[in-house]
Amino acid sequence: MSLLPYAVTVWLFVIGLYGIATSRNLIHMVTCLSVVQSSTYVLLLSVGFRRNATAPIFLDVPVGTRAVDPVVSALALTDVVVGATVAALLLALAVQVHKRLVTLDPGGAPGPAGLTCVSCPRSRSPSPCSSLPPWWAAARSSGGGQPTRSRSPPQPP
Amino acid sequence: MSPGTRRWVFLVAAAGFAALMLWGLSGLPPFGEYRGPYGDVLNAVAVGERRATNVVAAVTFDYRGVDTMGEEFILFAAVIGTAILLRAQRDEEEQDPSETVEGRSAPPTSSAVRVLGLALLGPIVLFGIYVVAHGHLSPGGGFQGGVVLATGALLVFLSGEYVTLRRVEPADLIDAAESAGAAGYVVIGLAGLLAGGAFLDNLLPLGEPGALVSAGTMPLINLAVGLEVAGGFVLLLTEFLEQTLVLRRRTVAA
Repeated sequence: MSLLPYAVTVWLFVIGLYGIATSRNLIHMVTCLSVVQSSTYVLLLSVGFRRNATAPIFLDVPVGTRAVDPVVSALALTDVVVGATVAALLLALAVQVHKRLVTLDPGGAPGPAGLTCVSCPRSRSPSPCSSLPPWWAAARSSGGGQPTRSRSPPQPP
Repeated sequence: MSPGTRRWVFLVAAAGFAALMLWGLSGLPPFGEYRGPYGDVLNAVAVGERRATNVVAAVTFDYRGVDTMGEEFILFAAVIGTAILLRAQRDEEEQDPSETVEGRSAPPTSSAVRVLGLALLGPIVLFGIYVVAHGHLSPGGGFQGGVVLATGALLVFLSGEYVTLRRVEPADLIDAAESAGAAGYVVIGLAGLLAGGAFLDNLLPLGEPGALVSAGTMPLINLAVGLEVAGGFVLLLTEFLEQTLVLRRRTVAA
């Protein structure tokens, strides 16, 4: 029973990594990264936990009352807020990737047919935007339209 | 490597990693039996030394103040980075913020959401200010209160339209709040140096534990962080809304 919080930590960390490794969508990938991150909160708070103890706030209980470790709470609280803004930064990258490549798949597979680019709502085709770098268009057409996940990253000329 | 092979390679590696990690963590003290000295020392001395009844806040904004400044600048950098990434690209232009995309109009906001959103706006803002101001006394502080304050802007968007949000939320003021929050933290730190002490030295009178004005510089740092976090989150919200509602690819004239 005393191993349960640590088992939860390992589970969250590994299942998040599994999501990242097998992800087919960048937004899903950012969410998986948040799952990995949340495993650190579980670990921190369970390291500092103490049975039958109160929060380390001595406003209405006298100093000396059994309390949990305040250091790990301080570490977790700043990271929750900072982690949210870092997730926003990654999502902004995903927005730009979708604008340029019309796909959110990290392997480069085209999105579902008829999917429109957010910034060009009039085009109904899943073809890439015209402002794509030439190496990307070449790499896409060489795949014969099949989604390939093994392609080595194309070198810019 | 096909997706199937990729998955199997990952699963084998992850199984080994999970076993090692669990083995390592099981060497920690059993759950619920905290033994470390630091938490106990801080719980014993923080109220007497810093007159802050919230020991977590004393750790965040005083004992660990320099670390928190670093964290605050990570937040600042992430918000600025998002704003830069989401600015109008060369082939885009800003258009009238219309709530409808061609062929996909959003249903109008119901009166229930409108009324409830506006009714909650005042209490939410008040609660946010309360959480920021009492950070050194009770659970809360600049980080939590800042996020609560930023939800006020979200309520305005939910109960009105994007145009309303732009009207009540001056962009310059939000930018100024974010920068003032980030700079304020550093200024409070430098004041310690100027007074002849260390960086982030708690130099103001400490007062009585439990009083609203107590714990020296802690309430000021809380205020700076609250401004920074609230400004940052509202800025993120506006950037993402602008992305979907205002920016359009420049159409080539046929």
